Amino acid sequence: MRYVTEYRDAGLVRGVLDEIHSTVTKPWVMMEICGGQTHAIMRHGIDQLLPSQIELVHGPGCPVCVTPLELIDKAIAIASQPEVIFTSYGDMLRVPGSGTDLFSVRAAGGDVRVVYSPLDAVKIARDNPDREVVFFAIGFETTAPPNAMSVVQAQAMGLQNYTILVSHVRVPPAIHAILGAPHNRVQGFLAAGHVCAVMGYWEYKPIAEQYGVPIVVTGFEPLDIVRGILHVLKLLEGGRAVAENAYSRAVTFEGNQPAQQLIDRVLEPCDRKWRGIGVIPESGWRLRREYADFDAETRFGVEEIRPQESPLCIAGQILQGLKKPYDCSAFQVQCTPENPLGATMVSAEGACAAYYRYGHRVSEG
Amino acid sequence: MCLGVPGKILEIYEVESLKMGKVDFGGVVREVCLEYVPEAEIGDYAVVHVGFAISLVSEEEAQATLDMLREIIDLEDELGPEQGSS
Ligand code: SF4
Repeated sequence: MRYVTEYRDAGLVRGVLDEIHSTVTKPWVMMEICGGQTHAIMRHGIDQLLPSQIELVHGPGCPVCVTPLELIDKAIAIASQPEVIFTSYGDMLRVPGSGTDLFSVRAAGGDVRVVYSPLDAVKIARDNPDREVVFFAIGFETTAPPNAMSVVQAQAMGLQNYTILVSHVRVPPAIHAILGAPHNRVQGFLAAGHVCAVMGYWEYKPIAEQYGVPIVVTGFEPLDIVRGILHVLKLLEGGRAVAENAYSRAVTFEGNQPAQQLIDRVLEPCDRKWRGIGVIPESGWRLRREYADFDAETRFGVEEIRPQESPLCIAGQILQGLKKPYDCSAFQVQCTPENPLGATMVSAEGACAAYYRYGHRVSEG
Repeated sequence: MCLGVPGKILEIYEVESLKMGKVDFGGVVREVCLEYVPEAEIGDYAVVHVGFAISLVSEEEAQATLDMLREIIDLEDELGPEQGSS
């Protein structure tokens, strides 16, 4: 496949790894923000091929993992109502709420449907005018443009029965929170390539300067990842705290202007709670007042829910790079992908799920 | 959710006044919204997330990256790992 095969070329990957080995002179801690990259790193065993001086810690960039428990509980409450067709990206269904999950709501007769794109949810609303169609609008900067577009499209089509349950999060405030935390160990970042495809990487420049930490926009194929690591390493070894781009085939400094404009039209920044981490100021987006009619929380008036997290789960610390899944006493014991205690064990982008699935490499190594 | 794969745009058309297209991901063809890449043309490669193209892949930049990496690696081979660091 074009733009994929070349970036999986084992010879090139090995060459870049050799260069990493010959460049490193002291220990460094780097964080990959994006859970998709965490999985790619584990799947290809990249962490095992790096010099022992380089430690990769895993970031909070797993949308399913950080969606706050209250929102999952609200989603469950809304999805349980008989007039509702609740639509969602597939991996939200098994995420544990305080008591149950969306999958169980469906098993109990609720109309919960998995959609690939929010535009599919708009189509369902058009085809079911006598039902309320709710879309679970979660995610980082990559899903914001699609989710915002679904609202604009529903409005243009005059749909009265389409709302979204919004839990949007943004990467830069999370980086601030990680770097500003007293126990922070992260010295350099691989920034999430596709978040930057939408937003550009201008927001990372002041962060790199303020904290003295290099940030490198990185793609998702094995070659992209080792190249991103090499780039961060060279900046660290050279003492240069700048934001640079190692994924220029898909990312520009300014990002995608039409997408940023539509986000800005429909959504506004707000404080947002991250599951296991807590409230991070200005780290989310919510619907602007002009689009309040499309807000599922308002339409369904779901009462304040007091959520209950599993006391064993340390996902919040894992998502901040302070702990690894192996540090959790429930890992592989009480907590498995079939019976997850926390969201990081469910999602295809969660660190606990990645360690569960590919962790054998670690014991071999 | 963030692992967008690049696909090749096969067709461009309009649905409900949205710019849409058919995109080929190594044999699997899906309908994709192209509103965010207004400059897209048939034959371009797009990074697609949840049914939306969020950026077009730059052929030039893709080639430049591969050339640059091959250069680093060749240099490494010539100089050996010790002096290869910059
Ligand atoms: S292994 Fe399970 S319980 Fe432990 S941190 Fe991960 S998700 Fe939470």
